[in-house]
Amino acid sequence: MKRLSGMFWALLFLAVPVLGVATFAVAPSINVWLPSDVSAHGHEIDSLFYFILALTGVVFVATEVLLFWFMWKYDAAARQGEKAIYIHGSHTLEVVWTIIPAATLLFLAIYQMNAWANVKMRRPDMPPTVEVVARQFEWRLRYPGRDGLLGTPDDLHLVNDLHLPVDEDVLVQLKSMDVLHSFFLPNLRIKQDAVPGMKIPVWFKGTETGSWDIVCAELCGWGHYKMKGRITFVTRPEFDAWLARKTAEQDATQPIAEASGEIVAN
Amino acid sequence: MSTVTVPTTTTEHGHAAAKKSGSVATFLSTYVFSKDHKVIGLQFLFSTLLWFLIGGLLALAVRWQVAWPWSDVPVVGKLFAQEGGQMAPEFYTMLFTMHATVMIFLVIIPILAGAFGNFLIPLMIGADDMAFPTLNMLSYWFMWPAFIAFGASFFVEGGAAAGGWTSYPPLSTNVASSPGSGWGQTLWLIGLTFVGVSSMLGSVNYMTTIILMRAPGMTMFRLPMTIWAMFITAVLQAFALPVLTAAGFMQLAARMFATGFFSPEGNIVNNAVAGPGGGQPLLWQHLFWFYSHPAVYIMILPAMGMVSDILTCFARKPLFGYRPMVYSIAGIAGLGFIVWGHHMFMSGMNPALGITFMVSTMMIALPSAVKTFNWLGTVWGGKIQFTTAMLFALSFVSMFIIGGLSGIFMAATPVDIFIHDTYFIVAHFHYVLFAGTAMGVWAAIYFWYPKMFGRTMNEFWGKVHFFLTFLFLNGTFFTMHILGAVGFPRRLADAYHYETFHHLQPMNAFMTYCAIGMVATQIIFAANFFWSMFFGPVADRNPWNANGLEWTAPSPPGHGNFDYQPVVYRGPYEYSVPGVDDKDHLMQTDPPNAAAAAAAAASH
Repeated sequence: MKRLSGMFWALLFLAVPVLGVATFAVAPSINVWLPSDVSAHGHEIDSLFYFILALTGVVFVATEVLLFWFMWKYDAAARQGEKAIYIHGSHTLEVVWTIIPAATLLFLAIYQMNAWANVKMRRPDMPPTVEVVARQFEWRLRYPGRDGLLGTPDDLHLVNDLHLPVDEDVLVQLKSMDVLHSFFLPNLRIKQDAVPGMKIPVWFKGTETGSWDIVCAELCGWGHYKMKGRITFVTRPEFDAWLARKTAEQDATQPIAEASGEIVAN
Repeated sequence: MSTVTVPTTTTEHGHAAAKKSGSVATFLSTYVFSKDHKVIGLQFLFSTLLWFLIGGLLALAVRWQVAWPWSDVPVVGKLFAQEGGQMAPEFYTMLFTMHATVMIFLVIIPILAGAFGNFLIPLMIGADDMAFPTLNMLSYWFMWPAFIAFGASFFVEGGAAAGGWTSYPPLSTNVASSPGSGWGQTLWLIGLTFVGVSSMLGSVNYMTTIILMRAPGMTMFRLPMTIWAMFITAVLQAFALPVLTAAGFMQLAARMFATGFFSPEGNIVNNAVAGPGGGQPLLWQHLFWFYSHPAVYIMILPAMGMVSDILTCFARKPLFGYRPMVYSIAGIAGLGFIVWGHHMFMSGMNPALGITFMVSTMMIALPSAVKTFNWLGTVWGGKIQFTTAMLFALSFVSMFIIGGLSGIFMAATPVDIFIHDTYFIVAHFHYVLFAGTAMGVWAAIYFWYPKMFGRTMNEFWGKVHFFLTFLFLNGTFFTMHILGAVGFPRRLADAYHYETFHHLQPMNAFMTYCAIGMVATQIIFAANFFWSMFFGPVADRNPWNANGLEWTAPSPPGHGNFDYQPVVYRGPYEYSVPGVDDKDHLMQTDPPNAAAAAAAAASH
């Protein structure tokens, strides 16, 4: 009876690696997995994710199966008349299982430095394509107008509807009007906190036309959940046409000569 | 067989004798304002278990909204005057803020250090009490202003704090940005100050006691892992807490004296001027995480120590790699001070820091891995008794593997770009804190309950409690990893109106059902806990045949703890020593004799 209950508990612990791997294996087929990636740099991030998944997956299965195996084999009910092994450790094992993980972790850290630098440190030398100003609870967009400069009276002001040319480098100037927000583009593997008092560059390149979510990823108040924008990539001619149309709509309601005064170039 | 040296002046039930004189003052000094570390430990235990229930109910309310947004919420809908039973979105932001605040500051930290640290340290090192009994009493009573501040904050205008337990400015510092950032946030800061002082008082006491009051023969490297863990945790508390307390005062100063440490120039929130300027929001993040990263190790190291004690006892084996285990705990603590920036990879701080903090964060996985391998080594070759305490201790190891490995994804700075502020992070910390520490706490409760209350908890219902908790916690938290892989964000009152996330409601509903089951299962634990206190089988001094000093004292011990001053002759975990035939272990107080000396000689 005791042996049966020991086996039961060991098998319960075996369910951990079995169901754990099963969950990750099934996830892509039920669409609970990395969303589509339409960025130029995203594959680097996704490959790193998969690499770490494989590495941790192997360690996960090995350690959990060992734990199950020891619970099964060393159940006191299966070892009546024997004593446990009286041992205080093994110097060799300690050296091995310190050096190998240390080297692996250090390798992982160094291997990823380039990907991080690409997304966050190697800013392209170009003027901003658009300024995104986060605010409770919307994304305010400002495109440079015909003069090509941000911060002049001919700028185009929009809310939540970010259009960009596909297959071109884009530089976003990210700011916040009030509290912390975070500019999260799941399908472009981009995330950057918007900090009041700071002007933070965010750069990427879209590789497919289409429309995706902009999500706020830093708690910003009661409306944090509904601070939804849309990012849309279109061909360059379509983008120019869209820009012209939106500028004309703005001109019709607000003559260029009046500065809005609210968002001042700085 | 222990050598008699100096009889102490303890009486077995000294406190009962005092009570017979019958005055209210005696009752108060015996049970309420006691300076006995065991009474103070139990005071912490009962208080934190009550707050555990409150924190769990807050979590259920969060889970309800995530599963069925804008639906009628049972109980809460009527109690808190929501819009026709629906949860208001600002109420939701308060719920997850207070769930985390309660669990971290009123449950995990005080139950590990305040309840178990207090109860066990003098008993395990052979002392009659802590170095500073009055300071000890104060460290418990300083919790009460915190209980009152956090508790009252639910009922003030604007409700409790709602800026996240991380309390980032400018959201948390301006009442215009969130209703909870008014009185609720002020009370939150006051509560935080009191829990910080309580912890600092305790940590000074624990360090002094462990250094100065060990029994003769109890060298540092004969200490059980619980004591090493409590000692190093106390050091962490002492060095890290002052930074959080100072940062909390800076936020309070903003509210009371209009200082601008965290408010940038010209900051306007919700059409109101938000601060005098001259400050930076990132300053708070650095100060906060400088404490709160070591805090997460404060929230697990004691559990790791206790798990080592429990695994060895029920595997009937010495701990595998005692010194590496000690060095690993020290390594986790030391490295823990240089990784805080990994909470801020997306914050806008200099991205070069993303490189440096990635390296240190990757390296901190190493000592945790070494500990895990040594736990496996402890179980290997053992003679395992599947008691309730052992099951919880084994599950700590199993679940900590998951929590630890998931940390590697977020240590990888490029991957963190995607998974930061998603449910992948929520999965990680719930696996280490709940599936890890809380399971370790339950293991410790079942294990040391006989020493605390003189009776044993019911094993059958303990195993039912374990089985259901284990199933339901994995059902609740494991799928959070794949939700995070989709990018499902944290702290959203409703994510389903985004195209990327709109199909994820059924999975979240499943997780909420599991969460409800998990909380409901704790009724079994509560019933077992209270029933056994009065009607459980009476326990003798050493019901588990363990070999620590605490098991030589009566169950429960009286004032002064031990019948005689203990003298220590050997290290902890001397189980299954060859050549000892009448029992399968040697107590730390068992003196050497010919057979035992020969066998034990190799071990030190």
